[in-house]
Amino acid sequence: MAEFFKVAVVGSGPAGLSAAAHAAEKGVSHVLLEAEAHLSNTIFRYQKGKHVMAEPDVLPLRSPLKFDAGSREEVLGAWDKGIKETKTNVFYKNEVTGIQKEGDRFRISIKGGAEIEAEAVVLGIGLQGNLRKLGTEGEDLPFVQYQLDDPDEYEGETIVVVGAGDAAIENAVSLSGHNTVIIVNRRDEFARAKDGNNQAILKAIDDGRIECYYNSNVDRVEAYPDGSEKPGKIVLNTDEGQAEIDCDRIIARLGAIPPRRFVESTGIEFPNKDPSSVPAISPKYESNVPGMYIIGALGGYPLIKQAMNQGYEVIEFIEGNDVEPADEPLLRDKFKEMPGFTTVHDALVKVQNNVPLLAPITELQLREFMLDSDVRTPAKGDVIFARNDYTNTFFSIVEGSVDIVVDEASGKTITLGAGEFFGEMSLISGRRRSATVLAGQGCVLIETPRRSMNKLINSVDAVKRVIDEAFILRAIQQRFAPDTPAERLQGVVSTAKLESFRAGDILFEEGDDGDCLHLVRVGSLTISRNIGGRDVVLSYVPAGNYVGEMALLGDNKRSATAKAAVNTETIRLDGEAFKELLRHEGELRLRLQAEYRQRAAANLRMEATPEGGDVISFLVSQGVGEATDILLIDEALCVRCDNCEKACAETHGGTSRLNREAGPTYATVHVPTSCRHCEHPHCMKECPPDAIHRAPNGEVFIADNCIGCGNCERNCPYGVIHMAKKAPKKPGLLQWLLFGRGPGPGEDKSATGSGEKKAVKCDMCKGIAGGPACVRTCPTGAAIRISPEDLSSYATSKA
Amino acid sequence: MQESFINYARFRYLWLALILLLGSIVAYFWHEPFEGPNGGSWLGYTLGTIGALLIIWLTFFGYRKRTYNNTMGNVRGWLSAHVYLGTSLIVIATLHTGFQFGWNIHTVAYVLMMIVILSGFFGVYTYLRYPTLMTRNRQDTSRQAMLDEIAELDEECLKLADQLSPKIHQIVVRSVQNTRLGGGVWSQLTSHDATATALEQTKNMLEEMEASGGERQATAEMPTMFAMVDFLAGAGGEESEKLRNLLDLLGRKKALASRVAKDIQYQALMEIWLYFHVPITFALLGALTAHVVSVFFYW
Repeated sequence: MAEFFKVAVVGSGPAGLSAAAHAAEKGVSHVLLEAEAHLSNTIFRYQKGKHVMAEPDVLPLRSPLKFDAGSREEVLGAWDKGIKETKTNVFYKNEVTGIQKEGDRFRISIKGGAEIEAEAVVLGIGLQGNLRKLGTEGEDLPFVQYQLDDPDEYEGETIVVVGAGDAAIENAVSLSGHNTVIIVNRRDEFARAKDGNNQAILKAIDDGRIECYYNSNVDRVEAYPDGSEKPGKIVLNTDEGQAEIDCDRIIARLGAIPPRRFVESTGIEFPNKDPSSVPAISPKYESNVPGMYIIGALGGYPLIKQAMNQGYEVIEFIEGNDVEPADEPLLRDKFKEMPGFTTVHDALVKVQNNVPLLAPITELQLREFMLDSDVRTPAKGDVIFARNDYTNTFFSIVEGSVDIVVDEASGKTITLGAGEFFGEMSLISGRRRSATVLAGQGCVLIETPRRSMNKLINSVDAVKRVIDEAFILRAIQQRFAPDTPAERLQGVVSTAKLESFRAGDILFEEGDDGDCLHLVRVGSLTISRNIGGRDVVLSYVPAGNYVGEMALLGDNKRSATAKAAVNTETIRLDGEAFKELLRHEGELRLRLQAEYRQRAAANLRMEATPEGGDVISFLVSQGVGEATDILLIDEALCVRCDNCEKACAETHGGTSRLNREAGPTYATVHVPTSCRHCEHPHCMKECPPDAIHRAPNGEVFIADNCIGCGNCERNCPYGVIHMAKKAPKKPGLLQWLLFGRGPGPGEDKSATGSGEKKAVKCDMCKGIAGGPACVRTCPTGAAIRISPEDLSSYATSKA
Repeated sequence: MQESFINYARFRYLWLALILLLGSIVAYFWHEPFEGPNGGSWLGYTLGTIGALLIIWLTFFGYRKRTYNNTMGNVRGWLSAHVYLGTSLIVIATLHTGFQFGWNIHTVAYVLMMIVILSGFFGVYTYLRYPTLMTRNRQDTSRQAMLDEIAELDEECLKLADQLSPKIHQIVVRSVQNTRLGGGVWSQLTSHDATATALEQTKNMLEEMEASGGERQATAEMPTMFAMVDFLAGAGGEESEKLRNLLDLLGRKKALASRVAKDIQYQALMEIWLYFHVPITFALLGALTAHVVSVFFYW
């Protein structure tokens, strides 16, 4: 006679664990079936000490079990404890081989012949139990493995890593310290991996630490007879024919796929044939088989916290209770300021009705979007943000209006009404706010942080299109014709196009016909002329400025070459349409002509001192093109006293974020290794806890919630971020000066430090009055910080 | 134009120092004390007080420079003031003496002060001259990169020498062992390096070999060389080619080593004066205290 339970939970991952523990807590008859001898095998097999994230941060946890971001050991420990405390009924080493519905009961077969009956089945088996194998001869040989628990276990081995995803790269890189590592990539690049991992593996390959076989796949794995030097070999099909590698170990990281055959055998259907697709489930997580529920990664929710919440909710649903989504109270809290607020659902509908930009997204996307955003109800006249602030949030107007101050001097404003949005300029260009915005009457705004907005822009095409169109119109309006009504600009706007250029691409060349004008929206350009067979850089054009007007105003040939200094996006304005605009706008014409004359004069000056252009070229080659503030050292003044580095260490907890000596020099201009506070900081990409922010004055800094994952260090193309422990406390300065106690000012390189390693980088001394300490403490005045606007004049002064 | 400690705030402290000087000089000539100019007149006391306060304030620079959280002005401004006001001390203190010198503690304080100021002048000179020379000498690489390259060259030389003969190998080994850059104060300041010897010896050997055409020419001083030449002459062109390669490598190493030595020399010159400037300042503070105390006690 099979044992009967009301609920059988299959799989003790975060979702299943949470479900079973909640059932135990509620006194529901239940069993948790786990194939292994321990709980949560996927997380159990994480690398030792791996940091487990608790995303999304703001989402509350709804589970009898504890879960906080922390090491693998802490997380598992908390769950083991929770399972004991709730007296959850766990059957270990009970691998489920089949589930059949018989009448209103499920009959669950266990490997070894036992059977269990249950009224409801909760499938929380995840994906990782079903790792994708090599699929070739020899895939199950003992030296072929599909996981790597502890890279330090292996030393001096020849290891072939198969795969090009993040797991494969992380394994290969961590093994390469003590082993000979060969990585096998089916394609010709590591496109699937995160940026940081991509760079890490390319660098390792460049440095010769890892050998890579591109465009290669595994033909077969063969074992050698016992007593051979190596246990076996792997045979690869490469572009140049077959390659054989003798190796000690093969680690294939090919991802995981839903255990489709098993799931389908229970009667559950998949929506399509794609092997990575997951079964469709109802809002109550029920599959097409009534009484069979799917939660966690197999149900399409791969995050631990979401899965645990589902575990809780699914038990409530089975018990016939309705539970509101976990984010409901949070959203209610956000919306409660909104006039006329009743329910979250109504508020969400109102947002979608009022803001066309947010109309095309699903309610689930909107909920996530709103979780990251804030609802603001400023009083009339409140400053929402001021011109030249370095904030980069995005605002949507749900109700009321705002006034944008287009002309500070006269106080002239433009009014935006409900349904419109603003703040996209700084979001896109990564530059300072271009205008002050004041709240109007009855104003209700949604303020969304950069990261969430970018996520939305990148995932929903319709949103991107609407924002781009608005950007074009407003950029044109702001740069050229603040007084001209939008209708009059229609001709220019409708023919305007967004164009993107990679670093080094040429927008137009000297002598070309001038048929357009470019307004730089992201990145920057250099303008150069060929003088005596040599390219002389005349000027540097940061985002927010335009080029190409000379050919439209005067002669029709380009007088200089414009080249992208970094990856750049411009708005290309059609020449004819622009000339048409000029015919009607006499004032604009005059203004452009005045600017034109100034530029021509500046170009002439630069041509007379071409060395200045060389300095610009040098600085641009050092990535100044995307900088907002960069530390430069004049080596004619630098006495190499390292007071800047010492100051940096002393004002930042004992670790210097600046390496004075490293970095290239041209003439006497030295670019030390120090943060440039990029317009679109590379470090901000892929920061799991979203710890990197831009302060209102433009400083890019790392907040205390850094988890030390090292992504930013890998993503920074300028090597200005490093991982450091907290330096030990030193005796005071006078103690050192008078009695020689302690190591003295500056970073103590011999100190070991304490705590976790965290990322450190320049924050431009944002908390300290008087500006960056490196500049403030330079005794000779060699160290200065400049922003791109000053680049041309700086270069001329150094010529 | 980038602002340095010389032209800080349009020479603000130069002007201040000049005003101070002019005032002191005018007062000195206008004031005619009964006993002739001396430190004991009211002007003498005034100048002395100004001088003593200046000295204390100037000493304070060493502390201010290291208080990195201090936002009172910037260090560049402080150094500018330090240089100009420190220089004005020459005149202020001299006027304070009323040109009365003798073999006493007062004159000791005065002399120490002058040494400090003069060492400071040397410091300013090095700060203005050596940074540019240093950059030029580095040729866009760092000292570490040069040292790394030297190590690489050493390895290549050894490999090559190994193929040639034990004797040459020995010479190169000695050269590697003798390459000591930096070291004591004297060798840092004189930019000394020892690569030259090995280069010289190898060069001699090659010349000998080519001149002799393999014929034995006994020279008492260089028996090893002869053994080498003898050996090489028999072995033909390939060895001579390798020897030439070795020479090239040694030459490159020599050039690099002397650049590193120069680099170290410049840095040492920019630092060495402080080893006089600062300790003598403390001696000066001692003498100054003695001077002030003795003046008041032994009126």
